[in-house]
Amino acid sequence: MTKPLLDVKDLRVTFHIRRDGDMPWALPRQLRAVGGVDFALKPGETLGIVGESGSGKSTLARALIGLAPATGRAEWIDGADLIGMTPRQMLKYRADIQMVFQDPLASLNPRMTVGQIIAEPLTTHHPGLKRDEVKTRVKEMMEKVGLLPNQINRYPHEFSGGQCQRIGIARALIVEPKLIICDEPVSALDVSIQAQVINLLIKLQKELGLALIFIAHDLAVVKHISDRVLVMYLGKVMEIASSDDLYANPQHPYTQALLSAVPIPDPVLEAEKSVVPLVGDLPSPMNPPSGCVFRTRCPRAQSACAEQVPALMGEGHQVACHFPGPLTEAEIAAVAAREARPVPA
Amino acid sequence: MVIEQAKMQSLASRMVEHEVKGRSPWADARKRFVRNKAAMAGLVILILVALFALFGAHFAAWSNEELDYNVMGQVRELGMPSIASGHYFGTDDLGRDVYARTVQGTGISLMVGIVGAAIAVIVGTLYGATAGYVGGRTDQIMMRTVDILMSIPYMFVLILLLVIFGRSIGMLFLGIGLISWLDMSRIVRGQTLTLKNREYIEAARATGVPSWKIVLRHIVPNLLGVVAVYATLLVPLMILTESFISFLGLGVQEPLTSWGALISEGAGTMNYGTLWQLAFPLFFFCITLFGFFFVGDGLRDALDPKDR
Ligand SMILES: Nc1ncnc2c1ncn2[C@@H]1O[C@H](COP(=O)(O)OP(=O)(O)OP(=O)(O)O)[C@@H](O)[C@H]1O
Ligand SMILES: [Mg+2]
Repeated sequence: MTKPLLDVKDLRVTFHIRRDGDMPWALPRQLRAVGGVDFALKPGETLGIVGESGSGKSTLARALIGLAPATGRAEWIDGADLIGMTPRQMLKYRADIQMVFQDPLASLNPRMTVGQIIAEPLTTHHPGLKRDEVKTRVKEMMEKVGLLPNQINRYPHEFSGGQCQRIGIARALIVEPKLIICDEPVSALDVSIQAQVINLLIKLQKELGLALIFIAHDLAVVKHISDRVLVMYLGKVMEIASSDDLYANPQHPYTQALLSAVPIPDPVLEAEKSVVPLVGDLPSPMNPPSGCVFRTRCPRAQSACAEQVPALMGEGHQVACHFPGPLTEAEIAAVAAREARPVPA
Repeated sequence: MVIEQAKMQSLASRMVEHEVKGRSPWADARKRFVRNKAAMAGLVILILVALFALFGAHFAAWSNEELDYNVMGQVRELGMPSIASGHYFGTDDLGRDVYARTVQGTGISLMVGIVGAAIAVIVGTLYGATAGYVGGRTDQIMMRTVDILMSIPYMFVLILLLVIFGRSIGMLFLGIGLISWLDMSRIVRGQTLTLKNREYIEAARATGVPSWKIVLRHIVPNLLGVVAVYATLLVPLMILTESFISFLGLGVQEPLTSWGALISEGAGTMNYGTLWQLAFPLFFFCITLFGFFFVGDGLRDALDPKDR
């Protein structure tokens, strides 16, 4: 077994929220955005992270690069713990872990040329490089991500969304990182452009032997790109499995609900498949349910679920559920009925 | 697909030779500004006024300190504007040439306005951007300090300063500079707070760019639009402040003069029928203020981040 590139243990991020009307001495309220996440990432592997909006995916990513206050352990391959490092210690690892952001245009400074934008990580981590060396490397990188190198003096607003995302990818790659975290890198793009950008990512990953953490809403995209998939809900891991296994054989009721919402291209199958409805809204992370966080919306919830937090169990295919396994038709019908019932006033 | 790629390759290699020049957001703004007639008119006025202040003295027949003994005592009859006597704008009550005095006053007033605004821009921008970017307790302390300074009736303090330390141009600059940056720092801080959570700032932080570089490289250039607009509106404000103080008789000291001092003198002798003593300085004062307001307005339209 190879040593993992990144080994995350019990990572937690809690924000302390002060509301406007609060007295200065009042204790801030706690918002648990990430509540104990464990996973390991092998070199060169792609880990997909899916989950509803607000489940803490971005916060998890930001914690790994030291942009959100975290506790726990995130062990890098050389044995260093990325959590709780001083900025000076962290600097060394920032070149190894780069990030690609969701909004392609917003992640580029409108007042800088493409050349300056892509060069920024390079000049930050290798301040001794000469000007024309930097320029040559920027141009090489632009070519690699499918941009014309002679566009080096253009500004971000002169590019399309897909091209902007390529600029973002070039910026991430220029310091030769070992891990790239992509936070919904294609959500803001057209479907056809999405495919191009994703294929570019896959190609570059193979070429350079990168590990990827790929956050997305779109389960089909995640399946396409990921070796393994992590399902998150309210700051907790619900299920981790290899992507084939997870999609063919989801164990957690939440995963099943997510997957059943994905449309199948075949109309016959689409009509036949049973949709597991997700009742209600995501609970507030300021006041998460006791026990299993998913129990308030789970078709299979029982009293045990409220009492004990389910541990992430299993080898390879890991599930955090007291009663894992495929949902039966009867259970699905029961939730559907619950949803249909008029809400008492 | 293969053909496509070959085509792209040849296109690429052909285009790689010369780098395309980008159209920077500044260039776009300049184009919009040039198209704005009122703003351009304002700019022309300001340039003319500046030229007047710089080179007007070369055309003066009299220096600003000479007294014309011929007209003394008969200013109303002999001191009126005339090309023949060399007093293009007439003379003042002491027989000094109003043209030369206006040139001198224009220079000083413009300088007060520009230096005051420059102090405001530099101090206010750095202070506000730092407070906004660092945030937390530092921000609280820095902005409360600004609040406290703002609550002091500054005109009163300025007048006290001038009375205690004597009237000098340096004191005037110091006094005006000290208060002018407060508003600017507030505006800049507000802008910084909205910029701070943009993804490109996050991207820079993620790669480990030091904070001071983020402020200088990413925040300040994106603030400059707002700062430029506010600064052009600040210049006339500074001129007005100085004029007001000079009008009270506490501003610049003889033999120096400024628009405020000239207008004050002119207003004092209005009743004797020597209206030109008031009219000429007032004219320059007004067109300059209009010029700055038009330019400021044009800049705001041109730099409006809404239509990028
Ligand atoms: N800086 C912050 N301060 C306070 N609360 C925060 C902060 N950042 C995130 N949160 C909260 O943490 C929770 C998780 O947010 P996060 O952005 O990680 O979700 P997400 O899974 O990335 O959602 P999305 O799919 O919409 O991007 C949310 O409830 C959010 O309000
Ligand atoms: Mg997110």
